[in-house]
Amino acid sequence: MSTKLMGEAVQRVEDDRLVRGGGQYVDDIDLGALHLAVVRSPHAHARIRSIDVDAVLDIEGVHAVWTYDDLDGAMAEPLPLLIPHPTLTHGRTQYALARDEVNYVGEAIAIVVADDRYVAEDAVGRVVVDFELLPAVVGVEAARAAENLVHDDVPGNIAARSVQQNGDAEAGIKAAPHSLSLDFDIERSACMPMEGRGVTARWDTANGRLQVWTSTQTSTGVRAAVAAKLGLDLLQVDVITPDVGGGFGVKINHPWPEELLVSLAAQRLGRPVKFTEDRREHFISSAHERAQLHHVDVGFDDEGRLLGLDVRFWHDHGAYTPYGLIVPINASTQLVGPYKTGPYRVTFDSLYTNTVIVTPYRGAGRPQGCFVMERTMDAIAAYLGKDRADVREVNLIQPDEFPYDHGLVFQDGRETIYDSGDFPTMLQKIKTLVSWDDFESYRAEMAAQGRRVGIGLAAYVEGTGAGPYEGAHVNIESSGKVKVATGLTSQGQGHQTAFAQIVADELGVPFEDVEITTGDTRRMAYAVGTFASRAAVMSGSAIHLAAKRAKEKVLRLASDALEADPEDLQIVDGVVSVKGSPGTSISLGTVAVLSNPLRYAFDEASKAATQFSVGDASKPPVAEDDEPGLEGKDFYSPVRSTFASGMHAVIVETDPDTAEITILKYAVVHDCGTVINPMIVEGQIHGGVAQGIGGALYEKMAYDESGQLLNASFMDFLMPYVTEVPDSIDIDHLETPSPLNPLGIKGAGEAGVIPGSAAIAAAIEDAEGLPITAMPISPSELFELRAQHAVATTTPEETR
Amino acid sequence: MAENTAGKTAEKIHDVRLEVNGVTHAVAVPARRLLSDALRQECGLTGTHVGCEHGVCGACTVLVDGRPVRSCLMFAVSAVGSEITTVEGLAEPDGSLNPVQQAFRECHGLQCGFCTPGFLTTVTAGIKENPCPTHDEAREMVAGNLCRCTGYQNIVKAVERAAEIARGDAPAAAPPEGDDGGLEAATGDAEVARDDDASTTGLGA
Repeated sequence: MSTKLMGEAVQRVEDDRLVRGGGQYVDDIDLGALHLAVVRSPHAHARIRSIDVDAVLDIEGVHAVWTYDDLDGAMAEPLPLLIPHPTLTHGRTQYALARDEVNYVGEAIAIVVADDRYVAEDAVGRVVVDFELLPAVVGVEAARAAENLVHDDVPGNIAARSVQQNGDAEAGIKAAPHSLSLDFDIERSACMPMEGRGVTARWDTANGRLQVWTSTQTSTGVRAAVAAKLGLDLLQVDVITPDVGGGFGVKINHPWPEELLVSLAAQRLGRPVKFTEDRREHFISSAHERAQLHHVDVGFDDEGRLLGLDVRFWHDHGAYTPYGLIVPINASTQLVGPYKTGPYRVTFDSLYTNTVIVTPYRGAGRPQGCFVMERTMDAIAAYLGKDRADVREVNLIQPDEFPYDHGLVFQDGRETIYDSGDFPTMLQKIKTLVSWDDFESYRAEMAAQGRRVGIGLAAYVEGTGAGPYEGAHVNIESSGKVKVATGLTSQGQGHQTAFAQIVADELGVPFEDVEITTGDTRRMAYAVGTFASRAAVMSGSAIHLAAKRAKEKVLRLASDALEADPEDLQIVDGVVSVKGSPGTSISLGTVAVLSNPLRYAFDEASKAATQFSVGDASKPPVAEDDEPGLEGKDFYSPVRSTFASGMHAVIVETDPDTAEITILKYAVVHDCGTVINPMIVEGQIHGGVAQGIGGALYEKMAYDESGQLLNASFMDFLMPYVTEVPDSIDIDHLETPSPLNPLGIKGAGEAGVIPGSAAIAAAIEDAEGLPITAMPISPSELFELRAQHAVATTTPEETR
Repeated sequence: MAENTAGKTAEKIHDVRLEVNGVTHAVAVPARRLLSDALRQECGLTGTHVGCEHGVCGACTVLVDGRPVRSCLMFAVSAVGSEITTVEGLAEPDGSLNPVQQAFRECHGLQCGFCTPGFLTTVTAGIKENPCPTHDEAREMVAGNLCRCTGYQNIVKAVERAAEIARGDAPAAAPPEGDDGGLEAATGDAEVARDDDASTTGLGA
């Protein structure tokens, strides 16, 4: 295939398998495993007085029941704090099984291993735990008030207080001709992949080797954690990530208690053991995100140009901090968006509550930051009586200002320096796509029919492709087929397709001959994981570099065989030939045969590589600086993240009577640098937008004051069906390649979700003429807001 | 640590035969065993996925006598005497993808693939019942299934495309697995399409 595949909407190689029901998700792996089920805390905050497991032993088919007292060594220590940060002064993590206290409903207390899940759950129901109840801290306000503490030794419930500043924001605001004080609130939501967590493990007693299959976003991370906790050497543990039924962030946290306990049980019992999370467990024992309260002070001039921005926010991280401060750091540094903020200060407290832990959910703090910044832009426009797009325009970073340094430290510990972008063009594109300038006539037309509509706009910049590195191994077999491994995992992003496009282009081989393996530590032991929209940037670049290395060797060997200069060779359709002389050629497979001097022939092709057939008898068969095989291996490790960007615009209709909110139009302009596969990128945007709509209008975690999650099922947690997403999502692309990696790629995985709440809130505000400062918003909440606003507008000078 | 040695309270086991994708599976299950679990574990057909176990997400949808059913809401013992079709049984007898499978692949109607089997079974039954769905009817056809990856945009396209493929290709539209009664409409339309040599919409029938 001579045409380039980069940028082509190549059909996914994953799909044939998946539409036939041939996927291999973790629960599909049949090793005849025993089933593990977990006794979980029914209380948000309690001390454990005693645990009685006697009744369990009467149940046929139960093999083991363990509590904290059955753990020893590193397993009896708290779970790792994965991302330590200097400001995380009071980080706390839970135990694999609660030791003497539980801090959220759903925390693991004991496990049962039984013949099947039904029996295991019967047994779970018979474990009796005696609790001493403690007062629960639920919600940011209760955490901040600190009348009760989640952890006795964490004063004020504050795990971390972080301040970053670039210039004197306070002075900037004071000196500005205008200023506003604003408050914004975002509630909890969660990733909710259709497949929950799951893990299967097998202990090979004879060889002292553990194999773990887990539905994770980081196989190498799980491997390191399991080895450390079980006291095994890294080389005794394989972690294999099979097909993963969605992740969206929640599966990057690790090790989950069950990943360790299943491994331990497999080792102790000498039998394969599995755990498959059910939906209620996913709600109460996996992770949530999003909840933050924010206060903004902003100063600006007559044009709406920012002269000082001072943001303070309070982040609810739940009961423990295994994933450190990534979410609030993202929120605080990505809040600035495509704008020159002037002097900026951001302060946050990361607070404990007696609720499920918080780890990144697609967007990971950016949706909150975007909401705050974009609502602030709208507030400034409203105050000045200016067009909301115009206020944004005067603040945009200009194309000639890249690289643009915000003077902030990003979540990877590196500088927040934007690498490339074209925000003014993007603003024009989104205005065109949504017919921004024609909206008033549309509004009038609709008003004439008694219908109420509004339009909103939101922009974001997203740091993608955080380090430290990813690697790739490319192996060309004597069949000419190319086997590629990269260590990060896949959860539906079509990596097997997109990465094969990169390899086919670089090596000049048919796309069908390339096979990609991800997330298997047996094939690539060095890797980080799939998060922060980094797979295409990191593994895509690593694969490109590794393929380049393999190609160099192909050309070197082929030039010997064809007695031609490597410069004069080309590879097309898996055949190396001399340019302009296509008859002089050698297939890639034959080059692979030649690359590996053999003593033993096993077929016709390999006869050509035996020592009596090839090589200069006066030289070693493998040169000193060479190695056998036709392989390439390389790593990509960028100095800092790339920055993708985008703008969304939304038209909503609100029902004047029922306050029902309907999205009439959703438009996206998106810049993820070089696009590998536009079909896949658009699919990612569609999915992100739907999650953004869910987060804006439907999804929240309804905790009561005692810390019970009242909507822990798909019946009550309102994830969008097709009926809740707009009929079409209009997408326009802009490509400003990143100068930081060889292909110019920026990430695309999270982008679609980031500006959803901001844009939809803006549109509702525009339709209703009343400030929308808290999301999500339901029809009944909007109805209530209308009533409050009707009263409030009788007293002028209300703050927003 | 406590390990069980002597069993008590054993559950009553039922020996039943399940007809799945034209194959008889003799399984021994307790009465409470869900059809979804029996399909996955006893029959080894892991293409049927379990997303919520309370009938809301639709991932576990299978066809029971041709009609979409949430297999997590049915006991295995209740399925005796019925013809069950799972995602593994959707492909044509020659092994090629059925129109719905083709369309989901072609339209990028799946990402992680976990919810996909439920959509495929639902739509396979849906276009059999309504071979010419309007756009709204195509949306309605999948309105009971949750997907967290795709935002449904390409799923709706795939429904419309599947109907198109089915109408344009008579052999593919009328798999010979079931009895003819329910297939009349589909077969009729497919023939019209073939006569017109039309590969797309605009059927007059």
